[in-house]
Amino acid sequence: MTTHPTLAQIGRYATGDPTLDEPSVWTIEVHLEECADCRARLAGSTTADTRTTLDRVAAVLDREIAATPMPAGRSRSWSALGNRWLVGTLLPWLGMTAGVLACAALLGVLWTGLPELVLLIAPLAPLPGVAVAWHRRVDPAWELIAATPAAGLTTLLRRTAAVLAFVIPALALVGAGTGTSLALMLLPCLAFTAATLLLGTLVGVHRAAIGLIAIWTLAVIAPSLATARIPVLLAGESTPTWALVTVLLTAVALLRINAFRRLSQHD
Amino acid sequence: MRAVSAVETTATTHAWAIHAEGLQVRAGRHLAVNGLDLTLTTGVHGLLGPNGAGKTTLMRALATVLAPAGGRLTLLGHPVDGRADLRPVRRTLGYLPQHFGYYPRFTVREFVGYMAWLKEMPKAGIPAAVQRAVDRVGLAAKADARLKTLSGGMLRRAGIAQAIVNDPRLLLLDEPTVGLDPEQRLDFRELLRDLGTDSCVLVSTHLVEDVAAACTDVVLVDEGRLVWQGSPEVLAAQGDQGHAGDSPAERGYSAILRQHRAEGGR
Repeated sequence: MTTHPTLAQIGRYATGDPTLDEPSVWTIEVHLEECADCRARLAGSTTADTRTTLDRVAAVLDREIAATPMPAGRSRSWSALGNRWLVGTLLPWLGMTAGVLACAALLGVLWTGLPELVLLIAPLAPLPGVAVAWHRRVDPAWELIAATPAAGLTTLLRRTAAVLAFVIPALALVGAGTGTSLALMLLPCLAFTAATLLLGTLVGVHRAAIGLIAIWTLAVIAPSLATARIPVLLAGESTPTWALVTVLLTAVALLRINAFRRLSQHD
Repeated sequence: MRAVSAVETTATTHAWAIHAEGLQVRAGRHLAVNGLDLTLTTGVHGLLGPNGAGKTTLMRALATVLAPAGGRLTLLGHPVDGRADLRPVRRTLGYLPQHFGYYPRFTVREFVGYMAWLKEMPKAGIPAAVQRAVDRVGLAAKADARLKTLSGGMLRRAGIAQAIVNDPRLLLLDEPTVGLDPEQRLDFRELLRDLGTDSCVLVSTHLVEDVAAACTDVVLVDEGRLVWQGSPEVLAAQGDQGHAGDSPAERGYSAILRQHRAEGGR
């Protein structure tokens, strides 16, 4: 802290003494900014003129503060948090996913001849949400977001995480009722998410999701419905394979992140 | 009063805020910007051109939304090609698209705050920056109204607020005056002059009047190429009574376009 100015100096400063040179004024001001005691002394040395000016400024400021709306300050409401992580456009799709899962669980309970439907569609559960998370026709503000530094991978991963945060508990809940292995529900679902992102770097996330849904439906769901048997892919012993595939796909997808820096032609 | 960040006080090491050489940008299959050379520095620049001249495609490329199909583009000293890291440029960029989509349930404050957050501004500074941006566009009274309740002109101003919230060094406004009433347009010109003192502002518009009144520089494009660049005064001096238009600037505009087309047709 700078040295305290003398009371005489403060008095000259308070009265606006013209003989006080500019460097001295600066020194006093710098000191006043950090010393409450000297500010108190300054308040004691003010003239009547200064006090009327201060009163007038205070009255004007009070009036302006009363007239303008309150700034929001730092309060962060839940709605703002929700807006950021779970953009409203995702909600209908997540609702649909939950509905499909519930229907599958219900069918599994009512219709005992069928193989476990929930297990069959579990890998596809996050894909509609992921596809929507990065699609220009679904997000009204895509052009605004595309020009921000958070665009691309950051936004995509954030929204994918939001989708998974919803889908995984939903799967766990449905899975707990049917008594299947939880790992067999969740690992394929994560593997398919990573695969969508990876394929998305080549053909766009939207097409990748549609393609994977189609392939899985034709290659796995349809045959197992026809034969009424759970395929070997989803049997208990394939859990380590799914874990390995998930890790590999995630690693490769992360290596290819650069492709998400811009919206590509096919998004 | 706001704190001045270290980034703002660093010396600029680039000659031009926008530097394009032979720039080509695709809109769909068609090359909407085809061999454009452009250098712009600090100030307010008006981008004029007939419909289909490639103005919006050019703005999208400058906003790093579209990747250039050819040529070179350097923004604030950073090369902007397929492989470059765009984040440093995007942090100092403000962009108002021509048709700007928004989330109808957001309030103005939430929307501008969300954009500030996406622009990776320091969290502690966001509420103050949002308030300042909303004040500057004259929306303070509507700051807590939902976007779906706003009129077209107010939405446009909310769009301008999100573009300027991060005090961009490069500000791109595509048709910012659409839907503004005459008084708001005067206020907006004032804001433009203010913004142009220390950043590069490019305003794409079809209103020659706005350009003549608020811009320090006019850029005229046609068929994806630069046709003419100069000050509004020189633009006004180009035309005479024989050319179409209600004001000297409009007559100058049509004179230059007609001359360019005559040369191109030869």
